[in-house]
Amino acid sequence: MAKIPQDLHYTKDHEWIKIVDGMGFMGISDYAQHAMGDVVYVELPDVGRKVKAGEDFIVVESVKGANDVFCPVSGTVAEVNEDLDGAPELLNQDPYANWLVKMEVDDPSDVDALLDAAAYAKLVEQLEAEES
Amino acid sequence: MKRTPMYEKHVAADGRMVDFGGWELPVQYEATGIKTEHLTVRSKAGLFDVSHMGEITVEGRGAQAWLSSLITNDITAMRDFQVQYNIMCTETGGVVDDLLVYRYSPEKFLLVVNAANVEKDWEWFTAHLPAEGVAIENLSSKTAEVALQGPNAEAILAKVADFDPSALKFFHFRDPATVGGIPAIISRTGYTGEDGFEIYVDWERGGELWDLLMEAGKEFGLLPIGLGARDSLRFEAGLPLCGHEYTESIGPLEAGYGFFVKVDKAGGFIGQPVLKRQKEEGLKHRIVALRLEDKGVPRHGMDVANTEGRVVGHVTTGGYSPSLDANIASCYVQTPAPAEGEHLWIVIRDKPKRGVVVKRPFYAKNYKS
Repeated sequence: MAKIPQDLHYTKDHEWIKIVDGMGFMGISDYAQHAMGDVVYVELPDVGRKVKAGEDFIVVESVKGANDVFCPVSGTVAEVNEDLDGAPELLNQDPYANWLVKMEVDDPSDVDALLDAAAYAKLVEQLEAEES
Repeated sequence: MKRTPMYEKHVAADGRMVDFGGWELPVQYEATGIKTEHLTVRSKAGLFDVSHMGEITVEGRGAQAWLSSLITNDITAMRDFQVQYNIMCTETGGVVDDLLVYRYSPEKFLLVVNAANVEKDWEWFTAHLPAEGVAIENLSSKTAEVALQGPNAEAILAKVADFDPSALKFFHFRDPATVGGIPAIISRTGYTGEDGFEIYVDWERGGELWDLLMEAGKEFGLLPIGLGARDSLRFEAGLPLCGHEYTESIGPLEAGYGFFVKVDKAGGFIGQPVLKRQKEEGLKHRIVALRLEDKGVPRHGMDVANTEGRVVGHVTTGGYSPSLDANIASCYVQTPAPAEGEHLWIVIRDKPKRGVVVKRPFYAKNYKS
């Protein structure tokens, strides 16, 4: 079963987010990286861009195709993970250590509306059962 | 979905099964993934289940003349037990299918056609069949096929074949033959750009064949390979895919495979007048090979623009090339097309990304002759 760290919040589109000192670190889940296959390029947004919850703002290109990544909560892009530029495969190796975007979150309590680890685990369990 | 005789093997090996034109086949295997599978074929060897491909026999006094009238290459120049790449065109010079022609004699041929086009080809053949002198038979559902490809392919086959595979030349075949005692037709052909073999056996023996080749290949690093890597390998090697590089409108000359089109062939063939005129008047479109310089992954269907920003064509196949660690695209563009070293732009999500025209194949082949 895909890895699901307890201390993160998740979306039904398989993004995760963690608020640290008011800043939101977000990325894609283990389930997502596994489904996509080998990542070959990550198209990250410009720093300073304002994004709304649910807006597609990142594209992760795998060998198979392009995958849209959606913003978990509204905010402003503060930093993007430049390690992924030369080594996109890091996203497959560890999708939790390798965040995609660090953002100034408009309202940190917005994460409470997202799925917690237990709820996300239920969703993944269901999907994995459908696939087998 | 239809299943090949190796279905259980793929599931047991953790294959990620998908619907490929009505067939349930692995796009990749979980332990490896497309990139690893691709690179393994180039450095060691890979085994592909291609049982979904079609096999049709053509026999009779009129076989050679009739077949020649449907395809672009010259099968009268073939030797017995040779294999020849051919293209079957429509009246307007578009493509029905591309295929391999195995010649036993001027009165007996085996055709191997694309899985997606088996029914279409069969109807085409049936519609053009003469009143007598030619008999055709569709053996697709009775024939399983695997492709064993890579630098170690010959060493692996040598362990289980009843003949010395080093004696089998490129684009030739052997029948009768056996692999692990299983009667087989074996050709030195493939769709990867590597040395290798395609092996045909009775449908019921497919699973057995798969197991014995996987066992024989263990010491050589043989891996099972899915459809994802099959596509990335053929694309890197500059091999066409029907529906992408060939369509109803993109013919063999525009696609860049004129070598296999004998426009002055005696007896004629369907599409010959159109192709001959294209050659004489000059092509209005060409497919060029592009290697991306800007960041981004080109994909089938994306617009291709010239230096002035005008859209001049589209991407027929695009993607990441594991062997080159670069993003590449085949671009169908209006002529005059840019030359090697010149540039085109692929519009990726509304942004033009620059690429440089390179010579095809993107990746050079390792064929044993």
